[in-house]
Amino acid sequence: MLKTILGVAAVFLLIAFTAYLSFYYAPIEKSMGVIQKIFYLHLPSAFSSFVALGICFYANLRYVFTRQPKWDWLGVSAAEVGLAFISVVLITGPIWAHPVWGIWWTWDARLTLTFVLWLLYISYLLLRSMLEDPDKRALFSALFGIFAFLDVPLVYFSIRWWRTQHPQPVILGGAGSGLDPRMRISYLLVWLAFTGLMVLLLRARYKLEALRAGVDELRREAEIQ
Amino acid sequence: MKNLDSVLAAYLAGWAIFFAYYISVSRRMNTLRDEVERLKNLLNRGK
Repeated sequence: MLKTILGVAAVFLLIAFTAYLSFYYAPIEKSMGVIQKIFYLHLPSAFSSFVALGICFYANLRYVFTRQPKWDWLGVSAAEVGLAFISVVLITGPIWAHPVWGIWWTWDARLTLTFVLWLLYISYLLLRSMLEDPDKRALFSALFGIFAFLDVPLVYFSIRWWRTQHPQPVILGGAGSGLDPRMRISYLLVWLAFTGLMVLLLRARYKLEALRAGVDELRREAEIQ
Repeated sequence: MKNLDSVLAAYLAGWAIFFAYYISVSRRMNTLRDEVERLKNLLNRGK
């Protein structure tokens, strides 16, 4: 319990500190102005969603090979948390785009593939809700989750492979790309804070799934009696 | 400052999503805890 409280306190202190860095330490971008501050929410959310979906992919693979329920619990937990982070990306992107591009949305490769990613993980959760048998639910959703994850590298590389309205990468981009050092350190710390937040949400969601399995077990016992 | 309202809207919307998700997990957890209690009582009465 104490470890959990310390973990939550550490993540929230880091979030508060990185909020200060984002708004006061990192300089205002010259061409876009203050609207570029959305970067410190939009990009870390995207990268944290990739981490969560990577965990989901790993758990799905482990479930297929071991059939241990704990991997199914981790898979669904990571998918749901990843979906929350992608939702933040899809909401903050258009709010940023409108004053800068003059449009809320365009069907370019990056935006479309991100929207498809969101739909894929919505489908993953819908698929689970439609299957009654726990073993079938776990196996089919694990197989679907492995397929769904294929979209993550496509989202990541889309701005490198195709010409898009979405800006070219500023993190791990090619020659001529990059960030002001104060922006870079602020971004990296925000991402660390968001990854911490992702882990906290994932732990809470995993506990929920484990409790659900316990309830199913108790229900079966009650039915036998 | 130009577009400050958009920055505020983005941060409010983003944090609202995280908060709503956490509330949703907590509510589902409470419902399941109540169900565990109910089932345990049911099983104890049956013994």
